[in-house]
Parts: sequence; C-alpha cells; structure tokens
Amino acid sequence: MEDHVLEVRHLGKTFGKNVVLRDIDFTVNTGDVTCIIGASGSGKSTLLRCINLLETPTCGEILHHGRSIMDKGFNPSKYRAKVGMVFQSFNLFNNMTVLQNCMIGLTKVLGVKKETAKKTAMFYLEKVGMAPYIHVKPRQISGGQKQRVAIARALAMEPEVLLFDEPTSALDPQMVGEVLEVMRTLAKEGLTMLVVTHEMAFARDVSSHVVFMADGVICEEGTPQQIFEAPQHERTREFLQRFRNN
Amino acid sequence: MPQTFGEKILYILQNYGMTFLRGAGVTMLIAVVSTFIGCIIGFLVGIVQTIPTDRSKNPVKWALLGLVRIILNIYVEVFRGTPMMVQAMFIYYGAAMLFHINMDMWTAAFFIVSINTGAYMAETVRGGILSIDSGQTEGAKAIGMNHFQTMVHVVLPQALRNIMPQIGNNLIINIKDTCVLTVIGTVELFYSSKSVAGAYYWYFESFTIAMVVYFILTFLCSRLLRLLESKMDGPESYDLATSDTLAHTSGMTRFSEDPDKDPKVDRFFSTRGDM
Repeated sequence: MEDHVLEVRHLGKTFGKNVVLRDIDFTVNTGDVTCIIGASGSGKSTLLRCINLLETPTCGEILHHGRSIMDKGFNPSKYRAKVGMVFQSFNLFNNMTVLQNCMIGLTKVLGVKKETAKKTAMFYLEKVGMAPYIHVKPRQISGGQKQRVAIARALAMEPEVLLFDEPTSALDPQMVGEVLEVMRTLAKEGLTMLVVTHEMAFARDVSSHVVFMADGVICEEGTPQQIFEAPQHERTREFLQRFRNN
Repeated sequence: MPQTFGEKILYILQNYGMTFLRGAGVTMLIAVVSTFIGCIIGFLVGIVQTIPTDRSKNPVKWALLGLVRIILNIYVEVFRGTPMMVQAMFIYYGAAMLFHINMDMWTAAFFIVSINTGAYMAETVRGGILSIDSGQTEGAKAIGMNHFQTMVHVVLPQALRNIMPQIGNNLIINIKDTCVLTVIGTVELFYSSKSVAGAYYWYFESFTIAMVVYFILTFLCSRLLRLLESKMDGPESYDLATSDTLAHTSGMTRFSEDPDKDPKVDRFFSTRGDM
C-alpha cells in the first residue's frame, strides 16, 4: 500500500470575496517529487501556504498520514517541524549566523543537544556547499547562498516532505543554477518534495508528478511526459507554448 | 568673596563640587534604572499588544486578551497624555492620601519615571515588532516554532536592535526630565543646583554648571549607546570557516550543470554514511 504523506481533499480558499483556490484535490506519496506549475496568480503559492497552515483553508481538508491538519486539537507547530518549507524570499533569521540558523530548530523545537545539532547542521550545510560560511550573517551572503542555507535549515529538521515556494524566483540565472542543482540532488536521493516553480526544465526533468494550475483550480495533472509532451487541456498547451519555443 | 563670574564658578566647584556630583549621580541612577525597568514594561505591554488571536478558535483567550489590551491602552494613553510633573504629585500625594503609603524618595522616583517610560516604550516596542518582516515569523513557524519561541529567538532580538535609537532617546529624555522630581523632594542634579544657587543668590553661575553637567551626561550616554549599537551589528567583514574541523573542504565543491556527468557529486553526498 502506498503511503500518503499528504492528501488534499476539495480544498478551497477565499480572501474576502476573492476565490483563490477551488476544489483542489491531489495526493503526495513518500518519495514523490511533485511540481506545481501555472501562471502567476493561479493560486500555487496559496496552496502551498495552506498546506503548511500559514494560511487557514476556507473549506475542504488536508490529511497528514490520514489525519486532518485542520482539527481543533491539531498542533500546527509539531506538524510544521515534519513538513519543511523553503520560501521565495529565503526568510533566514537575520539575527543569527548561518550555523545558528540551521541549529535553532533542532535545539529549540526538537530539543536536540547542542553538539548533535551542530553535527546535523554541518552535515546539511556541507551538502548544500555552505559549510565555509557558518559564521557569517545572512546579510553578508548572496541570494543563491541564502537559499542554499534556507534549504539546509529545512533539511536539518529531517522533514518527511519539503515544500518549496518558488525557491528560485528571486535569483539571477547563475544563482538559479546553484539552487536547482541542490534540489536535483535532493530529488535523486529520494526526498519527498512539493515544488511550486516557474522552472519548466526542472519540472520536466526532475519531477515524478506535475500539477498544472490555472485560476485557482487544478487544470491538469500527470507525469511530466503527459503534461509536457501531450497536454490534454487547451490552457496547459497555451501555458507551455512559450516554454517549448525556447 | 569672589566677584567675577569665573571666580564664583570656581568657588562653587571647590565648595559644592560634591553636591553637584551627588546630584548628578542620583540623576543618572534614576534615569538608567527607570529606563531599564521602563523598557521591560514596554516590552511586556508591546508583546501583549501583538499576540495574534483568533476569535473563532479560542473565544475565551480572545475575550481575556481583549480586556487586558483595553486596560493596557488606558495605561499608555493616560501616562503619555499627562505631564510627568503632575503625575509625580498625583502619585506621591495620592498614595499617601488614599492608601496611607508614604513612599520614600527613591521608590517614588523609580516608580514614576519607570511607569512613564514604559508607556512610551510600549508603543516603540509595538512599532519595533511590526517593523520586522513577516517573512521572519513565517520562517520561524515553518521550522515548527510556536509563537513564544518565534518572539524570543527571532523577532524580539531584531526588534530590540531596531529600537535601540529610541531607547537611547528615552534615556536622554529621562536624564533631563528627572528634574521634575524636585516637586516631590528628590535631591537630584536640578535640586542640588537650586540649593547652591539659593545659598548665595548665584543663579546664573550655579545653573551654568548644571547645564554643563547635564550636557556631559547626555552626550556621554548617546555616544555609549552608539557604541553598543555598532557592537550589536557585529563586524562587516567575515572569515570563511575552511579550517573548521567539522567543515572539511567539501563546502567548496562547485556544482556543475549536469549532476550525472559530475563525479564530484557522488563523493559529495557519500558523507551521509558518516552520520
């Protein structure tokens, strides 16, 4: 039997009168690399933020290993420690060094001893190639480096699934390369990932499942081959037109 | 008796130097301690004002917090909206009249200045917390921190740095404003100057000294706080930790465009077995 880490069922989200998400349905299994693509404003980021409870869904439900995360007694902090998130704007803690950024979750949230936390943090910082920068403050490194630290910070918590909210959208092309490279390697290692991205090549080559969103609904979903080579829906074809021409 | 301005100043300094010094000491003690306590009050009030509440999720907490906030708002508005000199009289004589508490000079002084500073700092802290990018809070939440942890480890340290200039401002204002405490008999710098002036009718000379002493105090404090601020910011330059025993050298590995063709990658990730 497949292990459903996350199941999204009939999810809806409205901001005031604006309907941002409607009847969203999809499943993330262990080991999946799911890419969510679509035009800006189609609700991709909101969906991801709902999954991490940074936004409260208006209707529908999200199940984590079969348990609704919107139940009254549900502890969002404990859940978030297992479902990591990487943001477009990095959101590194400006008052801490790179190493402290990666250790704080371990020591304060998981209650890991300082020495062990340092080892774990160092392991993941090495993985993203940021080990030499451990004593540096976030304001002193480049965007790509920040994002790699942010990924290390999320990985240090050893999450079941890692959400990426347009991780490369705030970076220049060279930095995009270094961040995607890290993500490719993570995907290869079997990390469960849910990625909102505009990097079509990444979605095509790395993901195991692609979700195309338009106007707050899932327009089409399937394997990368299905979506990129034989899109069924007119909107999908239109959206991918530009990418294919390049 | 000395005749000229210079002679009179010298005479005062020789005979009443200690009086001025003691006055300056009292002024500084009240200003520093009260600013500190005021900051703590301000932080507590400011934090309570920024606790997020959801009426639908926890109505009891929502109602309770609402009530506390109303009380705190009244506190802030009343103490910001009335002169400290009047507050000093009101509290000092009010405590004696209504509650039969005879506050001694120190208690009264610390109490009045602290509670006044607290009212101003509450708004400053609230502003400081609001000035921190919401991304910081989201980053903290995303690794599983609760509201308290987010505040203590992420938001407040940054808010504190941002409001340091305002804390300095408050300290300087307090150094100057302790002089209103003369109305309840606190023997600080202004009171001392006045007594010396009264003894010889040398008002100009005596208050010239007071001016200089007040200025030295405030100027020193503002410079010291600047120093503290730059210390909080840390150095601009940084060293790479390549010699760190845990770091090895793998961090320097460059990524190639295609991991499949890159032999480095395997070595790079083979470290997992070490864990």
